[in-house]
Amino acid sequence: MTPSQRRWVFLVAGGGFLAFYLWGLIGLPGFGHYPGPYGDIINAIAVTQTHATGVVSAVNFEYRAFDTLGEEFILFIAATGVATVLRHLRQERDTSAVDEARNRDVPATSDAVAVVTLAFIGPTVVVGWYLASHAQTSPSGGFQGGIVLATAFVLVYLAGQFIVFKRLSPVALADAIEAIGAGSFAAVGIAALALGAAYLTNILPLGSTPGAVNSAGTIALISFFVGIEVAAAFILIIGELLEQTLIVREGTGR
Amino acid sequence: MMTVLQVTILVLVAAGATAVVLTRDPVRQVVSVSIYGLLLAVLFMAFQAPDVTLSELTVGAVALPLLLLLTLAKVRKQEE
Repeated sequence: MTPSQRRWVFLVAGGGFLAFYLWGLIGLPGFGHYPGPYGDIINAIAVTQTHATGVVSAVNFEYRAFDTLGEEFILFIAATGVATVLRHLRQERDTSAVDEARNRDVPATSDAVAVVTLAFIGPTVVVGWYLASHAQTSPSGGFQGGIVLATAFVLVYLAGQFIVFKRLSPVALADAIEAIGAGSFAAVGIAALALGAAYLTNILPLGSTPGAVNSAGTIALISFFVGIEVAAAFILIIGELLEQTLIVREGTGR
Repeated sequence: MMTVLQVTILVLVAAGATAVVLTRDPVRQVVSVSIYGLLLAVLFMAFQAPDVTLSELTVGAVALPLLLLLTLAKVRKQEE
């Protein structure tokens, strides 16, 4: 196919796409005009029904908790896949690590970077824990909180402490926490079944004050489990990748 | 009605996305995709979706660039 033929094919395809795209845009409701009704209904009943003022979390962990369970297992399987694939490679590289490191100059982490990152570790853990444990009160949740918690471990690495990073997040422990988090989410649903309710029904007491930390029953509990699952999954994925790139550095003792 | 802030951030996101596509060096592209993730987070904030803002901030601006950087480091080491 000559360049000019290719250009014609592109122009015809692009023109057709543009026409259908504009046609589709015309059919959209105006900006800020929500046609409803589900969002409006949720807004009206969610706080009284679940005692959660973080309504997005109420939707995620209660009204469509089963969907969230599926999403949670997507991450679980992704982490498992990364661990499986990279574990094989690690064994291959172990023998050659020292040879590769011979003429490699690994610069030490500067004091400025180390001090700043070490200073951020504490606040990062607090923010992550806050997000994971306050899904029921404010815009937050286990997913966001879990990743923030995982970045605290990355900060340890950034400060130049790969050995400490490895000691803080051994693969077996991260594996176990990830499995416990994912499994407990499913178990909360099974507990509801055991009590004769539908899967993932909110079976815990809702608390008297909507928006209190101890309110909203299973929403807070599920958010917590999602939080530790996501944190462990990310630490696992990042740890496996770091091990891939840093095995040489580890071999030289730095 | 769209506010000035919303229009501004929409334009910035469009510019940021273009910048990511036009960056050719993978390492520089990781930095620009991180800044693009930051812009998207501000966009979600301007459109009153704080939950999505937090997700985008952690995944788009931090986790994704981190994983990309680690992958690039691994690939480059093999090329040497």
